Amino acid sequence: MSVTAGAHERIEVEVTVNGVPRAAEVPPRRLLSDFLRHDLRLTGTHVGCEHGVCGACTILLDGAPIRSCLAFAVSVHGRELTTVEGLAADDGTLHPVQAAFQDQHGLQCGYCTPGFVMSACGFLAETTEPDDDEIREGMSGNLCRCTGYAGILAAVKQAAGDLRASGADPRSQHQPEDDAFAGRPGGEHGPAGGDGGGEVPS
Amino acid sequence: MPISRPTDVTATLDALAASPDADLLAGGTDLVVEVNLDRRRPEHVIALRRVTELAGHDTTDGRLRLGANVTYSEVEHDLAQLVPGLAMAARTVGSPQIRNAGTLGGNLGTASPAGDTLPWLLAMDAEVELASPEGDRSVPLANFLTGPKSTARRPAELITGVRLPRVEGPQHVSKIGPRNAMVISVACFAIVLDTTNRRVRTGMGAVGPTVLRSPDAERAVTQALDWDALTCPEDAIDAFGRACAEATAPITDHRSSAEYRRHAVGVLARRALRRCLST
Ligand SMILES: Cc1cc2nc3c(=O)[nH]c(=O)nc-3n(C[C@H](O)[C@H](O)[C@H](O)COP(=O)(O)OP(=O)(O)OC[C@H]3O[C@@H](n4cnc5c(N)ncnc54)[C@H](O)[C@@H]3O)c2cc1C
Ligand code: FES
Ligand code: FES
Repeated sequence: MSVTAGAHERIEVEVTVNGVPRAAEVPPRRLLSDFLRHDLRLTGTHVGCEHGVCGACTILLDGAPIRSCLAFAVSVHGRELTTVEGLAADDGTLHPVQAAFQDQHGLQCGYCTPGFVMSACGFLAETTEPDDDEIREGMSGNLCRCTGYAGILAAVKQAAGDLRASGADPRSQHQPEDDAFAGRPGGEHGPAGGDGGGEVPS
Repeated sequence: MPISRPTDVTATLDALAASPDADLLAGGTDLVVEVNLDRRRPEHVIALRRVTELAGHDTTDGRLRLGANVTYSEVEHDLAQLVPGLAMAARTVGSPQIRNAGTLGGNLGTASPAGDTLPWLLAMDAEVELASPEGDRSVPLANFLTGPKSTARRPAELITGVRLPRVEGPQHVSKIGPRNAMVISVACFAIVLDTTNRRVRTGMGAVGPTVLRSPDAERAVTQALDWDALTCPEDAIDAFGRACAEATAPITDHRSSAEYRRHAVGVLARRALRRCLST
């Protein structure tokens, strides 16, 4: 069996993005990153280099981090995607990885952040108790021009502890009532914990 | 740019026969980079991800077959017991996002002299499986790789996988680059102390127009090794490193100088051998 489409044809791409079925008709040449940003209007996924180096475009494909600038939209037909828009709770409460980036100053300009956050979600699903070297290796496919990486390392460490405490799958949307983060809306919690040891803020 | 998305090898070969200039697309980590940089404008793309026969691995008659669509992540996580050296090589490739997408078939298709699976595959005398409407053939990797980014693959052919013998014994793969992650090899070295056949197998990457091996170095160290104790005299280890370095034909480019590459591969060879010996 085979599906072939011509050069000027548009192809129907159906995917599940952050749990929601989405569809659009796109030219075969449409990059997945452009499909998300332009066709689905999900502009949280950033595009830095478009040649696979910076990692800003990282999303999860069936739960594993990939670079969306190196895939064609038509290649992911029928599959499940998770983007940064799918992480925070419906009421806006930040996902533990996002909260940790904020707490630990894991971002400055924020351009690289969606990519780092998605990489961290994929990484922490595989490695629940990472040491510093494992975090460096896990995040090695993302570049940041601002932070110097120390805050990012601390953020991933904090998130690992927070996720262990709550038992939540880092690749799914944050459910505040299910864990220790209830009542912690984005941007309003106290000063950074600093130790990254996974203590639950009171 | 029309795109075909076949689900089996027959349909893939039909699509390829219908447009022999088509670009085959596996994980896209080489091809889409070329497209985005406008170095390649595919007339037609045949996407392989859905072709079921290209996935997975199996063992028949003591030979292992790895499908072309096997990703680095699969090698790293699922095949580390079966092919430890290849798993070591896979762990050095790019970054997690690249390893989740990039495939063995793509590394073979690109045939860069710095392709990181190739030294180990060469050391193992791997054969590349090719399918075409004329029938299947398998080509020893050494003959498949004909030059930098050029192969013996014919336009109508699809790489379906690689076949290799199953051998026992310690193995090691390591590479050198300017940083730890996300680097193309400046030099890469693979070694297998094949205790089944009592011979040392090697492969060297990024130090010649294709990956290469030094038959002289292999022969000498095979003789110098105490195969029961898995030990080797110091002077034979040094000689091994020198002989490997001498067998290279590196170039100077933006990544490194020829001299450094030659030096580096000799150091890697000695270290890799030491790692495989019992101390
Ligand atoms: C950021 C980054 C870092 C990288 N780091 C490394 C590294 O450390 N080491 C390394 O070795 N490589 C590295 N690469 C290169 C690349 O990831 C590998 O070569 C990878 O194996 C390519 O596989 P793919 O499935 O993505 O191939 P694709 O890009 O899909 O295809 C590559 C080529 O092979 C052909 N092809 C694919 N499958 C078949 C098939 N079944 N039959 C015939 N032809 C086929 C394609 O037509 C194309 O010409 C890196 C790439 C990027 C973008
Ligand atoms: S935009 Fe995809 S890696 Fe840079
Ligand atoms: S915060 Fe600016 S690039 Fe990372």
